[in-house]
Amino acid sequence: MAKITMTVNGRQVSGQCDDRTLLVHFIRENLGLTGTHVGCDTSQCGACVVHMDGRSIKSCSTLAAQAAGADITTIEGLAANGELHPVQAAFKANHGLQCGFCTPGMVMTAVDMIRRHGGQLDEATVRAELEGNICRCTGYHNIVKSILAAAAEMGGARVAAE
Amino acid sequence: MYETNYHRASSIEDAVKLRQAAGEGKYLSGGMTLIPTMKQRLAAPTDLVDVRQIQDMKGIRVTGRTVRIGAATSHFDVASSAELAAVCPAITGLASHIGDPHVRHMGTIGGSIANNDPAADYPSAMLALDATIVTDRREIAAGDFFTGLFETALEDGELVTAITFEAPAKAGYQKFANPASRYAMTGVFVVRRDNGDIRVAVTGAGSSGVFRHKGMEAALAGNWSPDALAGVTVDASDLLSDIHADAGYRANLVKVMAKRAVAAA
Repeated sequence: MAKITMTVNGRQVSGQCDDRTLLVHFIRENLGLTGTHVGCDTSQCGACVVHMDGRSIKSCSTLAAQAAGADITTIEGLAANGELHPVQAAFKANHGLQCGFCTPGMVMTAVDMIRRHGGQLDEATVRAELEGNICRCTGYHNIVKSILAAAAEMGGARVAAE
Repeated sequence: MYETNYHRASSIEDAVKLRQAAGEGKYLSGGMTLIPTMKQRLAAPTDLVDVRQIQDMKGIRVTGRTVRIGAATSHFDVASSAELAAVCPAITGLASHIGDPHVRHMGTIGGSIANNDPAADYPSAMLALDATIVTDRREIAAGDFFTGLFETALEDGELVTAITFEAPAKAGYQKFANPASRYAMTGVFVVRRDNGDIRVAVTGAGSSGVFRHKGMEAALAGNWSPDALAGVTVDASDLLSDIHADAGYRANLVKVMAKRAVAAA
């Protein structure tokens, strides 16, 4: 048992857990943030993607102890002041989900992808970047469309802000 | 996962000390292989010594043509290093196709080579680049480092801290990725140096792990072009055969990937 402290969605949190506890279980069970999903549990599907120190990672293949002291963002941390994040809004507007199980991981992946590629994203890049995320409903078409729409929207917003 | 004790090392010395004090301990870097393996109960180390945050083991330094990559440098950081791409784009390209973006954010070069998965990408680069594997106690030539499937020359408790190599005049890497795992079903890294030295290293195909193909090296020494490989025979008897590809198929892949790697170099 260890006491682990980290920053999750801007708040400092602590919890007791085994050294072997996975980050995804710490997030879901200790913190009650159940938006991060356990899909395949074998690091294939990406339903568990969160950001650690600004980079997307698979929280089912990371120990909570490895994340001690880190800055974690989960799907619950994206929307600000009750307004959907532009990526969430784009998934809604473009029907980028059906059952929704993979969606938290898809959205977290998309946010990371857009941060790294900015306005340079094209369809081929989005599809390549989705390598680590599996969706069994949509056939990916509307997910790709949602991410491109969000990238355009966010790129535009950045230009406007400058 | 069985119970384990987690320790975070603050320095190389600290890591080695923690590992020595542990029972059946293991070093933990990005954990992209080790954690899933522990979840499947295929590994059950009593202690994990996390080396991912040791500053002396992170980062890329390019001095002239000499490259030094800290063992705890992530695949993403290798893939996105402009400094490294300027002298050896083959290795940044290789890193950009390991696993998926999330795996590349966590997985490290040191972890990959210490694990020596027969289908991992990095071992072929290390062997073809004639890299030196730097540990807490010595330097090991890549040719002596990879000794078999998941086997290396590392002693119990020895920690890979960095790798170094001289950037060659030309280098190329191409792999035929498993469609599900993206591990190399066959990957070939080719290198040509200014003095005419050629190295061709093959991963994903050998039944004893990564190996050099001397026949292709000789053919390329005479004529550095994909066509030079047309007449080379790849012996299938030492190659892996599994549900993904039989040995004969892999033998053909070795040649095709080598040709593509030379074309890309």
